This record gives sequence, structure tokens and C-alpha cells, in this order.
Amino acid sequence: MSKAITREYTPGFYEGDRPKIVTSRFEYEDSHTIERFEATGGYEGLKAALAMGPEAMAGEVKASTLLGRGGAGFPAGVKWGFTPQGVWPRYLVVNGDESEPGTYKDRLLMERDPHQLIEGCLIASYAAGLSQCFLYVRGEMPLAHERIAKALDDAYAAGYVGKNILGSDFSLDIVLHWGAGAYVVGEETALIESLEGERGMPRLKPPYFPAAVGLYGQPTIVNNVETLANLPFIAANGSAAFTSIGTETSPGTRMVAISGHVKRPGVYEIVNGSTSFRDIIYGDEFCQGIRDGNELKAFVPGGGSAPWFLPDQLDIQFESKQAGAAGSMLGSGAVMVMDDTTDIPEMALTLVRFYAHESCGKCVPCREGGTWLLRILERVCSGHGTDADLDQLLEVGQSICPGEMPHASSERLGLEAVPFPYKMTTICFVGPSAYASIHSPLTLFRDEFEAKVVPAPKRVSIPVAAG
Amino acid sequence: MSRLTDANLAIARDIIARYPRKKSALIPLLHLTQEQNGYVTDDAMRHLAELLDITPAEVIGTATFYEMFKFEEVGTYVINICQTMSCALLGAGALMHHAEEKLGIKAGSTTADGMFTIEAAECQAACTEAPTMQVNYRHQYRVTTEDFDQMIDDLRSGALSGDIPPHGTLGRNRQNIPADKFVGAPDPDDVTEGPAWIPVKVDNS
Ligand SMILES: Cc1cc2nc3c(=O)[nH]c(=O)nc-3n(C[C@H](O)[C@H](O)[C@H](O)COP(=O)(O)O)c2cc1C
Ligand code: SF4
Ligand code: FES
Repeated sequence: MSKAITREYTPGFYEGDRPKIVTSRFEYEDSHTIERFEATGGYEGLKAALAMGPEAMAGEVKASTLLGRGGAGFPAGVKWGFTPQGVWPRYLVVNGDESEPGTYKDRLLMERDPHQLIEGCLIASYAAGLSQCFLYVRGEMPLAHERIAKALDDAYAAGYVGKNILGSDFSLDIVLHWGAGAYVVGEETALIESLEGERGMPRLKPPYFPAAVGLYGQPTIVNNVETLANLPFIAANGSAAFTSIGTETSPGTRMVAISGHVKRPGVYEIVNGSTSFRDIIYGDEFCQGIRDGNELKAFVPGGGSAPWFLPDQLDIQFESKQAGAAGSMLGSGAVMVMDDTTDIPEMALTLVRFYAHESCGKCVPCREGGTWLLRILERVCSGHGTDADLDQLLEVGQSICPGEMPHASSERLGLEAVPFPYKMTTICFVGPSAYASIHSPLTLFRDEFEAKVVPAPKRVSIPVAAG
Repeated sequence: MSRLTDANLAIARDIIARYPRKKSALIPLLHLTQEQNGYVTDDAMRHLAELLDITPAEVIGTATFYEMFKFEEVGTYVINICQTMSCALLGAGALMHHAEEKLGIKAGSTTADGMFTIEAAECQAACTEAPTMQVNYRHQYRVTTEDFDQMIDDLRSGALSGDIPPHGTLGRNRQNIPADKFVGAPDPDDVTEGPAWIPVKVDNS
């Protein structure tokens, strides 16, 4: 079979001998086929799981400290343990709704290695006693739909999915479900609403975890595509092999998409916890520096929702505690890089527009606040704003996230970092994300916003006529 | 006229059977009807309501939440040009401007011949390949203005009709669960026992 490595078909694969847990097959052009999958250790993890039994398998996942890759970074094994005892049936809902600005990894995993994801779903369902799996894939990803549909058909035919898998008493249906275009549906309770055929609005909390009350009110595990894609490795090689990669608090690898003004943008599988932003942006194996010999101005470290970083933060490792202490978060594994030619307010506007547009409208601070942030910022960017508008932006934001907002430190501005997280008045993170994506640029680059506005007209006092 | 055809009705029944509760099939069936008619018609929504034992109001209530469902005719080719940050950093604004000039229409509208609709879109999960656009949701990477013009010419001449189906068709193959392998999707209210492979209650904690 062919093994031509070209930029065109494998944006996730690069030379170098870094450990590859989830992208190990990306070097093959036919990585999505069952033939390639079986020839390269595919479904060995499933067999290992069936041999060790559900309890031992769940134990391995717990021991691996596999952290969720969907944004919140919650340990998968612990989450599975939140399912209440003796309540049946339990479901698995796979979150393949990837749409956070800057994020491009789950789609790649679904298109390039659908069987690995299917195997992950099987292992999770076996270990946590889940009796049906719904694979919710973002609507705007037809190639992923086609590849997963074909992979599922082949896996059913080969006896990996369906009744009595590989002759065991383990049975599972995996149902491919297409979304229809709504960012907020990626929030896990909205995902469940959407899967029930409703408008995709997040549910009020508590209950905090769908693991307790989820799809049709039943215990439901929601996991990200990348999280599940790690399970075949853990099942086949054991948790020790997994924890030997990365650091104690962040074991394994992570898929990171680096986009924007770098020489070689791409999706890279990096070693968790011990790769710095400097490595990622400037490293030879990764992005090889800023385009055209320009200077780095700022970067967004964890998807559009994350407060921005400056060159001051380059030496922070890709590790959630460090990123949090420095005033941001790693979120969905997406780094957006801006060089010194960037118009900062314009870029902030693209993000604010995104979150304002994607508000589901369930809570007032997000629905109204997001809209106002957008209107004011549009006014500023089109040259019709005043300096009072800049303060107004912060004031509107305060109704979404009261109190101090996290932001990075800056030597240039003499600013100390304010660590993550923030307080919020909304049900989900869409509202706060609208604010975060204007708060940190405005805090770190206020001069650029000021250059776009005129002074607000002074208040006029009109005296009453004497007499 | 725009109710599901017999062939699509058979597909719809298959899809409905995969879910423990019928209404879960609503979004997949909306896609199916959009694939048949190019957009979601009133008659189609009434038909889906019948199939799922819900009211037409519930159908439209759900359908209108989702951006991909169209309630009036759109172009044969819907061109979504990403305007979010990674693409904006690499010229998405100029690409949109060019597209509007080339087709002579503003974003959000359709050419008079019904061939093309342009939309300003949001992050398409292809950020490292910016600027990106989708034609009937098929990704196009690192799109230059020349690429755009070529694309329009090819679509007009039919050179790409094998690669890019008309609006409404998402995946060109659907999942097909063989009856003898299908475990089944009982309503959760009818389930009293744990799965067979969990012998006693398993302690995951
Ligand atoms: C507004 C919003 C959008 C989200 N979008 C996604 C998404 O597209 N994909 C995803 O896996 N998680 C997304 N999440 C996180 C999910 O709610 C959930 O935490 C995650 O799917 C759990 O999987 P994990 O534990 O494997 O990470 C989103 C959260 C919020 C608040
Ligand atoms: S924060 Fe925004 S998107 Fe989230 S539930 Fe509230 S209104 Fe909806
Ligand atoms: S920002 Fe355009 S694809 Fe993500």
C-alpha cells in the first residue's frame, strides 16, 4: 500500500520521532480503511479489554489519568465513576461537534482514523457498562460522515460492533448522528438536548454531570473524540505505557492546531506538559517561527475562548496548571498566532462576533451582553467609537463575568497576571468567551483601541435664564 | 409534493428505529428532507411531525435553531467563506470581498441564475489551512482569489459535479446497520436490567 507523505493529505503528520498515540496511522494514505487499521494493531485494544473484563479496564483508564480533551480537562476515568449504581440503561455520547475557533483535531481524527475512534467507543462502553453509543458529528463535516459511516459498516460486518462482539457477551450499537450547525451544541448538556431532537440549548445546572442525569434522563457519558481515541492505546499497552509519556499531571500527548502567522501551521501531536509554546511556535519540528521574519505580537493559547498571551508567556509549558496561573487556559488545543502586522481590534472583533452570534439566548447576560459587546466593538473598529466606548465594553463585560478577569502579565505594561478562572453569571461559557475575547486584547493592547476612537463629547451645561 | 419519497421514507424508518425515542431522529430526518428538496419545506415538516408523533410546531422549533437548515431555496452551490480569526489573519476578508465582486452579490444572497449562494461563515475546523471555505460543506483549503475563480468556472461547467453534490447532500453514504447485528434501541423506561457483560453491579469508582 502507498505511503506517500505529502502536505496535502496529512496536515497532522510530520517527520520526527515524537511519540504518536492518536496519530500513529496518519502517515498512511489509507489510514481510514479497516485493512490498514487491522494491519497496524487495530482492535487489539478491544481484544485486550474483553480479555481483562470491564472492571479491570475501567481501572486502567483511571490509572492512566487520561484527561478529557474537549476543553475542561476532566479525568475520564473519574467521570465514568459518576454514573449512579444500578441505573440502566446508560449511554455514551461522543462529542464530535468541534467548532471552537482555532480548533482542528477531532475532524482530523474522524476523517483519518475512524476505526480508532470506534474502538475507543467500544472500550469505553464495555468498561462503563454503556449500552448504546451515539456518535454526534458536527453537521458541516461530510467527509467525516462518509468515512465514519463506511468504517461502521465494515466494523459491523467484521463483528467488532453490534450483537455479541467478537463472540463475547458484549453487545453495542454505535449510531452515527449528524449535527446541523450550532456551536453551543458542543456544550455537553446542549449536545444531549440536540440528540433528543430539541433546540441545542445548555441545560440548567445542577445536575452538573450528564453522567448522573443525561440523555432521556439516564446516566450518560459525554466524551470528546480525542479523549476516546486514546483508549485503544491504553487498553492495548496498559496505563503505565501511557503515563510514561508526558508529565504526572498531564500524561500522554495532545493534538494541537497552530494557525495564523507561522511558517508551518499544522496540527501536531505534542508530548503533554513538557512542550513549551516557544517550542511549538519556533521549534523546527513544529511551526518553525513567524512568517516573513516578522516578530510575534500575541497568541491565543487555547481556542477562541482563552485569554490571550504575549511573547512574555512563550516559555510556559503546554500544561493546564501553568497556563491557568499565567491567566489563560489550554481549552481545546488550539493556538492562534499573530505577528506584528496584526490589527488587534479587528481580530478581537472576529471572535466577539463569533460568540455573540452563537449565543443560544437562554441567559440574558450572554444574549444581551454579547450583542452589546459586538455592537460597541463594531462601532470602534469602523472608526465611529469614542473613548467612552472602551470603558463601556468593560462595563458590559462585568455583567457577564463580575469581578476580576484573568489576563496575562506584561513587562511592557508593568502588569501582573490574574490567574484563571473567572466568575460568571451565565449557564455556559459562550457568554464569558465573548467577554474574554475582548477583555484581554483591550487590556494588553489598549493603545491600539485608543488609536481608533475619538474623545467622547464633553458634557454640556446649559444654564437656565436668570429671572 | 415535498413529503418524503417512498425510498426516503424507508431510510427514515430505518433511522427512527435506531433511537430509543423517536424525536431523536428529527435532525437526521431534516437532513434527509433537505437532501431530497434542497431546503426544508412546510409540507416536509408536516410529514416529519407525522412520522415522529410530534407537532409541526415542534419540528420548526427545532429546525430553526440550526444554521444548516434552509427554509427557502438557496443556490445549487452554497459557498461558506470562513470569517473567524485564523482565517481572518490570512486574508478571509479580502477573499470575501473578491467573492462578492466575482459573483456580483452580497454575502447572504443568491445569484439570479440560482447557481450560487455566498455566506459569511464561522470557524470550519480547518484553521491551519486558512483561508478556508466550504462549497456545499466540502472543505477548500488555502483559497486564493485565483482558486476561487477557478472553482466558480468549474462548478459552472459541471467539471466538479462528481466531487460536490448539489445543496442538501451531506455524506454521500449513510450508515447501514444490518438487521441481524442490530442490538436494538429500547425506550429507557422499558429497560430494567444492566447490560449482559456487567455481571453484578460494577464499581467504577
Ligand atoms: C460552549 C461550549 C462548547 C463546547 N464545544 C465542545 C466541542 O465542540 N467538542 C468537545 O469535545 N467539547 C466541547 N465542549 C466541552 C464539553 O461540554 C464537554 O466538556 C466535553 O465534551 C467532555 O468531554 P471530555 O471530558 O472527553 O473532554 C464545549 C463546551 C462549551 C461550554
Ligand atoms: S451563556 Fe449564552 S450560549 Fe450559554 S446558555 Fe447562556 S445564553 Fe446560551
Ligand atoms: S478560523 Fe477559519 S477554519 Fe477555523
